[in-house]
Amino acid sequence: MAPSELASATDPLAQSKGWPSIVADWSSDQRAFKQVSWGKAMMWIFLLSDTFVFGCFLLSYMTVRMSTTVPWPNASEIFALNIGGNDVPLILIAIMTFVLITSSGTMAMAVNFGYRRDRAKSAILLLVTAVFGAMFVGMQAFEWTKLIEDGVRPWGNPFGAAQFGSSFFMITGFHGFHVSVGVLFLIIVARKVWRGDYDNSRKGFFTSRKGHYEAVEIMGLYWHFVDLVWVFIFAVFYLW
Amino acid sequence: MAYAEPAVVDHAPPAEVPEVELYHAKTWLTKYVFSQDAKVIAIQYSLTAIAIGLVALVLSWLMRLQLGFPATFSFIEPADYYQYVTMHGMIMVIYLLTALFLGGFGNYLIPLMVGARDMVFPYVNMLSYWIYLLAVLVLAASFFTPGGPSGAGWTLYPPQSILSGTPGQEWGIILMLVSLMLFIIGFTMGGLNYVVTVLQARARGMTLMRLPLTVWGIFVATILALLAFPALFVAVVMSLLDRTVGTSFFMPHIVEMGEQLPYGGGSPILFQHLFWFFGHPEVYIVALPAFGIVSDLISTHARRNIFGYRMMVWAIIAIGGLSFVVWAHHMYVSGMNPYFGFFFATSTLVIAIPTAIKLYNWVLTLWRGNIHFTVPMLFCIAFIVTFLNGGITGLFLGNVSVDVPLSDTMFVVAHFHMVMGVAPIFVIFAAIYHWYPLISGRMFNQALGLFHFWVTFIGAYLIFLPLHYLGFVGVPRRYFEIGETGFVPESAATLNEFITVVALIVGFAQVVFMANLAWSVFRGRVAGRNPWRAVTLEWQTAEVPPGHGNWGPTLPVVYRWAYAYSVPGVEDDFVPQNLPPSQVKAADPSARAAE
Ligand code: HEM
Ligand SMILES: [Cu+2]
Repeated sequence: MAPSELASATDPLAQSKGWPSIVADWSSDQRAFKQVSWGKAMMWIFLLSDTFVFGCFLLSYMTVRMSTTVPWPNASEIFALNIGGNDVPLILIAIMTFVLITSSGTMAMAVNFGYRRDRAKSAILLLVTAVFGAMFVGMQAFEWTKLIEDGVRPWGNPFGAAQFGSSFFMITGFHGFHVSVGVLFLIIVARKVWRGDYDNSRKGFFTSRKGHYEAVEIMGLYWHFVDLVWVFIFAVFYLW
Repeated sequence: MAYAEPAVVDHAPPAEVPEVELYHAKTWLTKYVFSQDAKVIAIQYSLTAIAIGLVALVLSWLMRLQLGFPATFSFIEPADYYQYVTMHGMIMVIYLLTALFLGGFGNYLIPLMVGARDMVFPYVNMLSYWIYLLAVLVLAASFFTPGGPSGAGWTLYPPQSILSGTPGQEWGIILMLVSLMLFIIGFTMGGLNYVVTVLQARARGMTLMRLPLTVWGIFVATILALLAFPALFVAVVMSLLDRTVGTSFFMPHIVEMGEQLPYGGGSPILFQHLFWFFGHPEVYIVALPAFGIVSDLISTHARRNIFGYRMMVWAIIAIGGLSFVVWAHHMYVSGMNPYFGFFFATSTLVIAIPTAIKLYNWVLTLWRGNIHFTVPMLFCIAFIVTFLNGGITGLFLGNVSVDVPLSDTMFVVAHFHMVMGVAPIFVIFAAIYHWYPLISGRMFNQALGLFHFWVTFIGAYLIFLPLHYLGFVGVPRRYFEIGETGFVPESAATLNEFITVVALIVGFAQVVFMANLAWSVFRGRVAGRNPWRAVTLEWQTAEVPPGHGNWGPTLPVVYRWAYAYSVPGVEDDFVPQNLPPSQVKAADPSARAAE
């Protein structure tokens, strides 16, 4: 579907600004969000729902952390890497966070080049984003391995409350799953961009819908969301 | 008269949503099995939901047999009873009602009522059904595992749900949790479709304030579900980890059979909060579509516009919003700060205000209406009465000091069966009878329909009214048998027998219902177009039953709201939403003068 092209050059309602324009949109027919395509609307609403999932996970983590009577392990000691004989606290997490936030930048550029119909640049930037994502997951795997070697398990650990390991593996696992799915779809979208599917409206293999460059932007919405969630996990899990 | 003046122009805003090519299935398999057509998906959803719902119905008979005639049926062990209770409750609430209202009616009615060709993402919509089917199969599989299905109660409270004293602790609970996860994933795929279709894919002229209330109800209910199921999802994931991996999210230090378990430090109350943050909105996920459907049906069958349409819409939205801030009224006896109790009691009672507005508006719609006592109408009136009954006992239970003694008694069972068991089921019957001629193209048998109505309606009251009384005298909920107590009078046993007999009769009336529907598909009178003379779009399709793409070559254009019944000065007593104003026939003035 071609969303914004058809939009409302002729529509007198679109002329108004600010609150009146919102009221006008919502009281009009056909669409409540005039400039938003179906795909984008769907992704936004999905992300809202997913926000509630992550929100519940994080609130649950805070609750068990407060309800357990055993002291909580010291995050900055556990998440320290020994580099050149010195324990550097949180260094790996800092790098992971940096990588993920950088990937948001490359994602945004991919969207931009996509809309300019610059296939090659867009596809490459998508792939770069995917590589950053994969690096993130790789470092997370490394961190998991290290913690497991130190004796941290979902059901207990030598440093304090058992819920530390439980919440850690559950929440980072759930987030890492989101990143991995994202990487997978980044690769698929990159391939479609590269092949020109969105220029010659090739139909999707499963959905038999015509492709459109907007898919890159929708992918971007998801990716930025996953990054944003990480910032919260970082704040409440590693810094608290 | 002014109505017939030639100055009438058929104005509708220009099209701004482009036509999307539909997927045209070519093989039988992609047309009827792996179908992407919302109408076929709706029927698949409905049939699956009804099939698993029948299991829950049979379980309710078994429970009633045990309660009515204790120590008579040797094949019902105490553990079995708990499994019946659990599976009955969970299936009824989630796999029957939620799936039928949203997956069934939502899929069928939303595209037709808003004037779209299909849901916005038919492929995702199809996946939604198949994942739902998988969830149902996983749940059903738990009946055949060693140890049987879970017996933890439909609330699945830990620690008890995963301890070895609870039936189904081996496999049942695991399958239950996995099945719930699948259900939520499948539902989300469908739910996103319903919301986006309502928001972004309406017909020309179909503003939000012209939507039939059915669509409003399903739409707001879907939003509630998309925001409430996440809490259940998280609770389920953590329960599953506690059960399988040995984490202690919900598990405190606990001694089982004299043995200290490796769990410790978790918070069982956390589960209750997550569960009820989902569980209370769930009541409205079931109730709001019912509200919407009832509004449309009584308006159609009383030939009168709905009273206070805008108020009805805002009441739906207000109820939806409020339903997120009342959840802890299910936890009064779990122990809570009195200030919280005060807050949750107040917010609970506040919900009564928009709900009462809706009830008044229904009554005012019927007031001096030209009421046709068709089968759907009878079920709608039954709903209004029953929902009022259930709502009033809800006010009792919303107050902490009244709830504490009544908690975990049959009074609670009576309350929630009235409000979210019987009442929504009445609407489901009403809706099935009402839209049956559209879906099948044929009319059901009226006499059998009336028989079904009266047996079900009177029967439901004979079953559930006495339960209130049993609750008052202290008969506890979820008890295999009460045996002899100092406080329950012996006459309670007689009452229990009576209830059981009625429950069985009501159960068999459902067989008549299904036979009627099955027989009428082939033998019913051909219904023709729009037999109820309704104004909403789904009755105005090119073919009956509506074909693939719903509308034939041209999409409908909407000129008015969904309640143009008995408009003064117009010949017919209904004006379809898509009838251009220039074609509305003015009434013959001489006929009016004669009135
Ligand atoms: C034919 C009509 C029905 C009958 C005869 C019936 C009967 C029963 C009985 C005997 C119990 C167990 C009471 C106890 O020992 O605690 C029960 C529980 C329950 N029923 Fe029904 N029921 C019917 C329909 C429904 C419907 C339509 C719903 C849909 C919401 C429903 C939802 C529940 C729930 C949620 C429970 C609680 C389960 C638990 O305590 O874990 N029932 N029902
Ligand atoms: Cu509630």
